[in-house]
Amino acid sequence: MRRAAVGTLLWGYAAVALLPLLVMVWNSFRTDQELVVEPLGLPHSPSLDAYREAWVEASFSTYFVNSVLVTTVSVVLSTAVSLLAAYALARSRSRLMAVIEQVFVSGLMMPVFLMIVPIFYLLDTIGLASTRTGLILVYSAVSIPFSVFVLATFLRQLPDELEDAARIDGAGPLRTFWSVLLPLVRPAVATVVVFRFVPIWNDFFYPLILVRDRTQYTLPVGLTTFFGEYQTSWSTLFAGLVIATLPLVVLFLVATRQIVAGLTAGMGR
Amino acid sequence: MSRRRRAAALPTPVALLFILPAAALFAVFVLYPMATALTYSLFSWRGTAQDAFVGLDNFVALFTTEPYATQLPRAFGHNALLFAGAMVVQNSLGLLLAYVLHRRGRLRRLFQVLYTMPYLVSPLVVGYLWSLLLSPLFGPVNAALRAVGLDAVAQPWLGDPDTALWVVVLVTAWQWVGFPLLVYGAALGALDPTLEEAAMLDGASSRQRFWHVTLPLLTPVIGTVSVLTFIFSMEAFPIPYALGGSSGSPAGATDVMSLLFYRTAFHSGASNAIGISSAVAIVLFVVIVGVSVAFTRWFRRVERRLT
Repeated sequence: MRRAAVGTLLWGYAAVALLPLLVMVWNSFRTDQELVVEPLGLPHSPSLDAYREAWVEASFSTYFVNSVLVTTVSVVLSTAVSLLAAYALARSRSRLMAVIEQVFVSGLMMPVFLMIVPIFYLLDTIGLASTRTGLILVYSAVSIPFSVFVLATFLRQLPDELEDAARIDGAGPLRTFWSVLLPLVRPAVATVVVFRFVPIWNDFFYPLILVRDRTQYTLPVGLTTFFGEYQTSWSTLFAGLVIATLPLVVLFLVATRQIVAGLTAGMGR
Repeated sequence: MSRRRRAAALPTPVALLFILPAAALFAVFVLYPMATALTYSLFSWRGTAQDAFVGLDNFVALFTTEPYATQLPRAFGHNALLFAGAMVVQNSLGLLLAYVLHRRGRLRRLFQVLYTMPYLVSPLVVGYLWSLLLSPLFGPVNAALRAVGLDAVAQPWLGDPDTALWVVVLVTAWQWVGFPLLVYGAALGALDPTLEEAAMLDGASSRQRFWHVTLPLLTPVIGTVSVLTFIFSMEAFPIPYALGGSSGSPAGATDVMSLLFYRTAFHSGASNAIGISSAVAIVLFVVIVGVSVAFTRWFRRVERRLT
């Protein structure tokens, strides 16, 4: 292939990938009128009105806080219980443990559509319907297969001389786990945190069905009502999309390496 | 069992204690719903109350009574089209870009990151963003087409049943192309470069080298990507929801299995909504598992023939 053609392809597709996102950002700084008169224009006098309207009147402040709370607590809870479980699975020789691990890992193929109705009634029965707590418990549970799988794989590759040394020095299993293992598994924990944060932050299926109370909405499900109610207030819609995306951009800048490495982990042979 | 693992083995009671929190969460919120879901489809329901055991009647009703008898095959056909579209557009483009980038050392990382950006945005945001960009009133896409003199091409993309599903295919591809790109990129990096060099010395053109050396070596990865693409296409939900709403507008042109399930379970108002919607979920699950397993087996055979 000619070099020029290759260059055109690469830069051309870069434009296709990025322009829509840039349009989303700069249109959020324009007024509805500017959008109609000049669909392809840039913001002449950038205005933050759209953000004010989305944040205050369209309750994005509430959705945002809910999303941060639900995502953070779910990720922390699922990573903590998964790490404990992964440690036990990696360091036990029992047959029972091997069976339990199989059950956990089989959850990687979870049929979410099949489970959602029973989950809905389960939360209703235990009084957690339409609450953030219910959502957090569900997210934590469905995160376990992936997190256990990644963490157990990583722990198996760690040499265990350090743990032996700690045991000889008289440390119990919990102490060994906390002081010896935890510092060593930080890279794997970072991967798990990033890779559960993104789908939970972006998820819209569970809250759409499990949460009916608007004050408990997370950003994605908030977006669906917002798009119904602000249909004609276009720049506000763009601003809402930017607000829902911003935390991921921050995460991306902080953790590019983990993301690119993790996306391809386990692929190929 | 390796020697060193034995040295650090945890006593089983302690191990069970460590597993307990995860096991409890998993049992209550994953295993229990999964087990009960299987029974849901075998009963008739009156609202939220379980009624009589009806065997496979819900499945029979799904295939023989309206609106399901019309909507189920239509939605399934749309999912199949999403899969075909993803294979042709998204995976071929991903492979092409990965192959081209593979020979470019310097800028590879930059382009990988650029192409992967849409993958990190919520699919729901992606769907809504494109619904705004394609708007007939102020959409920059039509405006750009008019600006370059293609007035005839500009149209209400999402309002026309003939184009709406293709919009779903293209928007999905736009978001997901980073996935095949990164996977194929990693696989290309792991290939033995001497094979291609040998082909080059034998006088093979770059096109021949791609079709007869590189592509066959990538077969296992292509298989994995295809199966995952199939699963994602069958479960597509946020993008169709954002572009066509829960009814798959216009006129059901973007209706897919997940939307059919969602409508049946939560918006149909039918008294047996739970029975029927559980049957939809099971049909979908069986298709996904069945096709994935069959496809993987078939692909292994193809792979053996090639190597």
